[in-house]
Amino acid sequence: MRALSLHLAVLALLLALHFVLPAYHHANLARIMVLAVFAMGYNIAFGYTGLLSLGHALFLSAGMFGAGLLIQHFGLTAAPALLIGTLAGAAMAALTGLLALRTAGVSLMIVTLMFAQAGYLTLLYFGAVTGGDEGFPVPAAGRVTFGLNLAAEGPRYLVALGLFALALMGNLALVRSRFGRVMVAMRENEERSRMLGYNPFAVKLGVMALSGLYAGAAGAFYGVMFGYVGATFATIPYSILPLLYVLLGGAGVTLGPLLGAVLMFYLIDLASSHTTVQLAVTGGALLVLVLFAPKGILGSLRERGLASWLP
Amino acid sequence: MASVILQAEGLKRHFGGLKAVDGVDLALNAGEIHALIGPNGAGKTTLVSLLSGRQVPDAGAIRFDGTDITRLPAHERVRRGIGYTFQITAIYAGLSVFDNLALAVQRGHTRDLSRAVTEAAARVGLEDLLPQIAGTLSYGHQRLLEIGMGLALHPRLLILDEPTQGFAAGEIEGFMALVRGLVPETTVLLIEHNMDVVMALAERITVLDQGRVLASGLPVEIRANRAVQDAYLGGTHAGD
Amino acid sequence: MAAVLALSAVGLSLTFGVMRVVNVAHGEFFMLGAVLAWVVAQAVPSAPLGFVAALILCPLVVGAVAALADTAILKRLNYDPEATIVATIGISYILQQGALSFFGPDARAVEAPFSLRLQFPWFGYSGYKLFVVIAAGLVLLAVWLFMTRSRAGLVMRATQVDRNTARAFGINVDRVYAGTFALGAALAAVAAVLIVPIQQAHYLMGHDPLLLSFIVVIIGGLGSIRGTLIAALLIGLSDGIISMFFTPTLAKIVATLAVALVLVFRPQGLFGARA
Repeated sequence: MRALSLHLAVLALLLALHFVLPAYHHANLARIMVLAVFAMGYNIAFGYTGLLSLGHALFLSAGMFGAGLLIQHFGLTAAPALLIGTLAGAAMAALTGLLALRTAGVSLMIVTLMFAQAGYLTLLYFGAVTGGDEGFPVPAAGRVTFGLNLAAEGPRYLVALGLFALALMGNLALVRSRFGRVMVAMRENEERSRMLGYNPFAVKLGVMALSGLYAGAAGAFYGVMFGYVGATFATIPYSILPLLYVLLGGAGVTLGPLLGAVLMFYLIDLASSHTTVQLAVTGGALLVLVLFAPKGILGSLRERGLASWLP
Repeated sequence: MASVILQAEGLKRHFGGLKAVDGVDLALNAGEIHALIGPNGAGKTTLVSLLSGRQVPDAGAIRFDGTDITRLPAHERVRRGIGYTFQITAIYAGLSVFDNLALAVQRGHTRDLSRAVTEAAARVGLEDLLPQIAGTLSYGHQRLLEIGMGLALHPRLLILDEPTQGFAAGEIEGFMALVRGLVPETTVLLIEHNMDVVMALAERITVLDQGRVLASGLPVEIRANRAVQDAYLGGTHAGD
Repeated sequence: MAAVLALSAVGLSLTFGVMRVVNVAHGEFFMLGAVLAWVVAQAVPSAPLGFVAALILCPLVVGAVAALADTAILKRLNYDPEATIVATIGISYILQQGALSFFGPDARAVEAPFSLRLQFPWFGYSGYKLFVVIAAGLVLLAVWLFMTRSRAGLVMRATQVDRNTARAFGINVDRVYAGTFALGAALAAVAAVLIVPIQQAHYLMGHDPLLLSFIVVIIGGLGSIRGTLIAALLIGLSDGIISMFFTPTLAKIVATLAVALVLVFRPQGLFGARA
């Protein structure tokens, strides 16, 4: 019960902020919420199931380009494009998983990294269609759906919040379900899980697909909401980003990704207004986290027993 | 004539030059308690890995309930009804006793998970320890949890790999009563070094030595068998 | 090209072979070597002398940086594979930032120590490039001899086989690891110093060598020096051939996918032992 109340409270807070935040932070928070959805998808694979992928940018961009290209070249409106983009992310993840999940550990990291790089390079190769490195702006017509103009700040924030709420509650339900228990079991002791009758490959593949679904949704919505689709979202930094958010906020904690996203976003924001050392900040953050707090903020809290009920 | 639930023929598993299992035949009757004994390095654990599916045999065949399962992956065998408990305790140390048991109970697609888990815990006497983190349990309790998880699968054949290792005398008594209560619905294959337990529980015994079956039959036959005495029982204390 | 690639890849292979650590920052060590070479070249007015100075100084400095990184960071992580990758990613970002802040975002050129054009009947070949190949070959030979003949090399190989047994034999594993990491980085730096007169120094230049080194090491087999060498040769040479048929981007796509597929289907590469 406590967990449910906390999650609802967070959502209520985000809704309240819609009415009080100044424009700059309002837009930021919309961005953060979508990125948090991306990170939540990553958390499902990494935090809960122990799959360290370095290729999630592939699924993000699959969603983004899935939606963006359909709007640009086929004139779809937002809703169907968003849906297809989301599914594209899941499909891409499933395909990647079919091959990549035959490996584990370090090999999995490298294989996912390679697939993501290949994806990025493919986007560049078909630059005529995808806009190459520069990308392309999403046509205004494709950003409207059900009477809501997703380009306008108000509706954009609310839709982002809606997406985030759906993702968060879905995550919560997953984690407390029987399948959620199996995910953690796979992470903790794969051999034991196998001997209890669980098919490790099938479980992991399902997890990857789900993770890709989240990532695809995040990519599709991000592109449509903020009006720009580009190959940069397929580069390595965008695979590192969800890892960073999850490590910071707390791996294996539902609210971890949101916390990580908020903190990291503003950390880099502050850093880039005072200095030009964003890269070092990211690098430094990664180092500090991995050395001293591998469970992240909420994860460490949970371990110390201060909030052991956090799902 | 008892029906045979598991039939293994000509099983071989070599690791390079080491012939861990070298042409083993084994037949388990449904509903019996069958003990597998032999000196260290005889190949008992390897044989059982082949039966449970953790390893693939180089040669030979395994039939369970008449169906050939030789190429079937381990998790499929578990679904067919072969349960296995680990020799070195492999519970989920970071999860609660409840979660540990739930993972086994879930396989049965029960409606009321809580109640089924409590029942499973009660079978091994752990019902008061459900919320405790498994890694903080005493060694004896961890072994009981391991066995409890195996039982919660409701297997047709339960393979127990050195289950009494580290148990105190009183716990061994309780364990033996537990196993006796399992048959004849469940068939039990027991790897054991504790000869008292073997002689008390087993209806039939198979002796393994250097990857081959040395002898197989009733306890009284095995005890009288010269070759077995020389290789295993003779000269060393029973219950080593 | 292939020669330089071999140098860099051998460095990566050493790190992985002995320490079981995947060093994502390897490309950055390369870049650091190149950048420092430029710094040295600016400081020493005469080109040949500057080159020699760079060849000596840069590997030492980069090696020291690497050793520092190892003792300060990697050791504390107990070389857990996933954590070290994350940590090396962090290190690579910091190094990139360092280069960006101190060196600037442009590419800078460094003069070759000598320019000589050898005229062969069917193609002209810059004398310097030939020198690069010979120099790289010599360094590789030295490394190979070091690893197989010297006592330090033996110690490294022993640690590769079994960390704990080596420790029981009184080998200071931490020092060996720091040394190996430093050597791997230094090799990358040497490769960079050799290549910098041909290419230019740029803070982002670590990425391509990193990817290529990875490709070489994985295809050749993680932990096998011989495999790495042969793979480097193959890839370096075929790179020329492939770029005749494919555009660079497509070639990179093929290469990247090749690495992934090799890892999935034949994780030991061509010559490596199962890692």
